[in-house]
Amino acid sequence: MKLITAIIKPFKLDEVRESLSALGAQGMTVTEVKGYGRQKGHTEIYRGAEYAVSFLPKLKIEVAVKSEMLDAVIDAITSKAKTGQIGDGKIFVTPLEQVVRIRTGETDGDAL
Amino acid sequence: MTIESLKKAGHATLAGLGMLAMTAGMAWAQEAAAAPVPDKGDTAWMLVSTVLVLLMIVPGLALFYGGLVRTKNMLSVLTQVLVVSCIVMIVWALWGYSMAFTDGGSLDNYVGGFSKALLAGVDTSTVVETFSRGVVIPEIVFVAFQMTFAAITTALVIGGFAERMKFSAICVFSVLWPTLVYFPMAHMVWWWPGPEFASTNSAEATVAGAGLIWTYGALDFAGGTVVHINAGIAALVGAILVGKRIGYKHESMAPHSLTLTMVGASLLWVGWFGFNAGSNLESNAYAGLAMLNTFLATAAAGIAWPAFEWILKGKPSLLGAASGVVAGLVAITPAAGFSGPMGAIVLGLVASPICLIFVSVVKNKLGYDDSLDVFGVHAIGGIVGAIGTGIVVDPALGGAGIVDYAAGGASVYPGVATQVTAQLKGVLTTLVWSGIGSTIVFGLIKFTIGLRVKEEVEREGLDIAEHGERAYNM
Repeated sequence: MKLITAIIKPFKLDEVRESLSALGAQGMTVTEVKGYGRQKGHTEIYRGAEYAVSFLPKLKIEVAVKSEMLDAVIDAITSKAKTGQIGDGKIFVTPLEQVVRIRTGETDGDAL
Repeated sequence: MTIESLKKAGHATLAGLGMLAMTAGMAWAQEAAAAPVPDKGDTAWMLVSTVLVLLMIVPGLALFYGGLVRTKNMLSVLTQVLVVSCIVMIVWALWGYSMAFTDGGSLDNYVGGFSKALLAGVDTSTVVETFSRGVVIPEIVFVAFQMTFAAITTALVIGGFAERMKFSAICVFSVLWPTLVYFPMAHMVWWWPGPEFASTNSAEATVAGAGLIWTYGALDFAGGTVVHINAGIAALVGAILVGKRIGYKHESMAPHSLTLTMVGASLLWVGWFGFNAGSNLESNAYAGLAMLNTFLATAAAGIAWPAFEWILKGKPSLLGAASGVVAGLVAITPAAGFSGPMGAIVLGLVASPICLIFVSVVKNKLGYDDSLDVFGVHAIGGIVGAIGTGIVVDPALGGAGIVDYAAGGASVYPGVATQVTAQLKGVLTTLVWSGIGSTIVFGLIKFTIGLRVKEEVEREGLDIAEHGERAYNM
């Protein structure tokens, strides 16, 4: 099992969610986050006051999947979240040791 | 000359008026012929105008300012604007009206007396003159109308030292500052013997009974000097004496809600029609002129500010448009009933970029922390408006001219040099009076109860630390 953590542009969420549902991914957790990468920040000007905004708003999505689905999910996120512009985000993949569904006590593959 | 053709401001400042009927030495005015009776249309307009000026303060100014501060200080600003206004209203009724609009005896050039303290002698039967001979409005309505001016001027000042002043200091300020600074300023600009006296006496006699700035022949239709330059200077003095905010220039102090700032600026604009067109004191074409000018100067300024931002910084901003709107409103205030519509457009186009350059370049060079740019917008916009008034009033430029009561109500213009000089004298007197008076007021507070909150209070935010609540529980 793998945990896929992807940082994407906020307006790309719906497309990504739809494509993952179509693939059969059964769940997703979304968090509003701020951060920076190569895109850096931008400058905001309020009358005479200029502020460098170094952290930009992004969405972090977390999806747990069976290992055999990994490539398809990565492909889906990569194709749907891509604009080709700097700041499209990143995907991190980590191994997942154990999963438990709280309601039933099912574990691992059954709980995904 | 018919009465209608005279419905215009006095030879000097406009929006004030003499308490002819109430002044013992001028009792003949009421005896002469039939005593004038208030017109219901004029009275109705002044009632509406009074409430419109209240709308400027709450929620207009409160939201305009509130949106510009950080989330942690939102409620402190709203509380300050609301409570300051309440305090000033009470002070106005107790002694403010009397200090502004009665004869001050030997000090009459500078301030009124206490003959109407606690509104003594003011009742539903007393009247005050407008700017037309033989036209009056109920004094009780005039008291209420002018009360809202005192309240908004004092509330404007708090923008200069937002996010760091103690609430207790602000409460004391809102009693002392109007008393030492605003009431005398209102007297100096707006106190004169009135059109009946001015029409039946020499110009010298009229001047002898008027406030200092009135005697210069300076024009101020709705309070460019008394309200805006005055408040702007006081805000600057307060900002300097209380010191810069912790983290100024290092931490982000971006406005927490420009949405609310836009709502506030819009309410200010709506309310400003009561302020400017109401200052005509009569419901007639000159009130209409003031209204049209309050639209056009503001629109021009609301275009010019973001346009210059677009050119200079690449993007036209909402805050720029809102700031431009306020700068235009400030600039047209002294000229509202004097300028022609085209003059108003020019005034707005000129005032807006000057304020923009001031708040974005000059302020940064000088390094003081006037949190919400009260000085940069109200004092600078007010000065541009005050000087501009001396030019756009010229009938040759489409202006309304100045009524010379002693010459039978003829419309005159003394020439640009004379009039602009008079305007400059008015501005300088305001700068000096407000500068010194405000320094005394803030100095007194600073060395007694103190002006500034503790460092940890400032860091936590004034909402929780000073008021025990937060603006947004989400």
